[in-house]
Amino acid sequence: MTRTEILDELKKVIAPYTTNKEMLASINEQTDLIKDLKINSANLVDIIIDAEAKYDIEIDYDSADKMVNVGTCIDVISEKLNQKA
Amino acid sequence: MGKRVVVTGMGVVSPNGVGIPAFLHAIQNGISGIKFMPRYQELNFSCQVAGMPAFDWESLKTKNYISEVVFHGLKGTNIGYGLAAAMDAWADSGMGYETDEPRWETGCVFGNSIADTEAMKNVIAKVDNKEAKKLGSRVVEQAMNSGVTSYISGRLGLGNKIVTNSSACATGTQAILMGYEYIKDGYAKRMLVGSTEHVDTYVYGAFDSMRVLSRKFNDTPEKASRPMSITAGGFVPGSGSGALVLEDLDFALERGAHIYAEVLGGSSNSGGQRLGGTMTAANSTGVVRCITEAMAMAGVGPDQIDLISGHLTATNADRQEIQNWITALGRGGDDFPLTNSLKSMIGHSLSAAGSIETVASILQIVHGFVHPNINFEDPNPEITNLVSLEKLPVKMIKKEVNIAAKANFGFGDVNSCLILSKYNK
Repeated sequence: MTRTEILDELKKVIAPYTTNKEMLASINEQTDLIKDLKINSANLVDIIIDAEAKYDIEIDYDSADKMVNVGTCIDVISEKLNQKA
Repeated sequence: MGKRVVVTGMGVVSPNGVGIPAFLHAIQNGISGIKFMPRYQELNFSCQVAGMPAFDWESLKTKNYISEVVFHGLKGTNIGYGLAAAMDAWADSGMGYETDEPRWETGCVFGNSIADTEAMKNVIAKVDNKEAKKLGSRVVEQAMNSGVTSYISGRLGLGNKIVTNSSACATGTQAILMGYEYIKDGYAKRMLVGSTEHVDTYVYGAFDSMRVLSRKFNDTPEKASRPMSITAGGFVPGSGSGALVLEDLDFALERGAHIYAEVLGGSSNSGGQRLGGTMTAANSTGVVRCITEAMAMAGVGPDQIDLISGHLTATNADRQEIQNWITALGRGGDDFPLTNSLKSMIGHSLSAAGSIETVASILQIVHGFVHPNINFEDPNPEITNLVSLEKLPVKMIKKEVNIAAKANFGFGDVNSCLILSKYNK
């Protein structure tokens, strides 16, 4: 999967957790999940769980800590996908 | 002399009507909300009927009770009912939901019995399957007893006392009484009060096993809840929520709020599980004291009570409850006040009973009527020996109701009684 493909899928994973739908439509790798998308910090856990299910990967605690903006989310997901491959 | 406390908003999720207009229509026309539950038949329950609100779960989102983000992952049925009733009461009192600043003057006392066990079943299965990591962030807030108050107060930014109370079937009346006391004593200007209950399959099953549920009317569910009748063979579990906005009278007048009624006072006590009281049975001395103290706190004499909204669940405790009212009021026979049991229409919604029945009592005060007791074609002679049959109406009576007494009695031998009045300047 390319980074763009992952980003498009990631939008769907994030969608239920943000009320800022306009921002979601125009996210880029710098978009911050909490500051820009106004996601409740407790919900980051839910996004990680949903991402694990969607990509059939496991995201360990250390990797999860890195997932603060869209770019680092894509980094972690592509890393885990590569490990699986 | 404490502050006067008035009711400025109401909301309800009842088995026979969701929202005040539907509920008012139902109680004026004696419409039952009891339905046959096929699932309970499959589970070999003795009682297979229940009062379940026709509640549109999506309405939590579409009616803007909560945001889509909060809605996503909300599983607790009790929380959903409570949110809907509370938000409706808030809007009914003429206030908007949104605020940037906490509303420091407003608190919340909302009660419930237990978290939604059906929703928690999924949690138990995941943990047992060594998948606790997959539970996510939304379980704790819905498992905690204070889930319902947390959701309500968070939605509205309530910044005063936030209390979750639980006292079995006395929960609802007790919540309203606690809110009243905070305002009367000057701790808050406004309190959003009420209670919620979802009798899930597991709680229902436990009551079924106690053999206290109505089991002979599974084919005719609307007939199954029969308070005070000779065929009253147990109660019918119900679910739902009732909510009220209580305000300091001066505070309400200042903002030009519509005033439905006044809470004059009340009492909450326990029979101590002594003198005949047990975990499951009321000590009559405690009940009589509770009613007497409620009238004293309200400054109301027994002769002023126009309406009793009874607990009257349709068990063999009904006769003793009527006897206790007679003792407390010193009124029996032809002199007994008009008395009704909303449970004949909606069953017994445990923690929610008191708040739904209080909403019903206030509607009777506001609209000048006494709702019928349905399924009362075969009165228990042990009850009609004590009070005149005409005091237990089977048809709606149009009549001015100035003062109503609303009481509930619960497991643990706990009692609560409210005295409600028409608002007089």
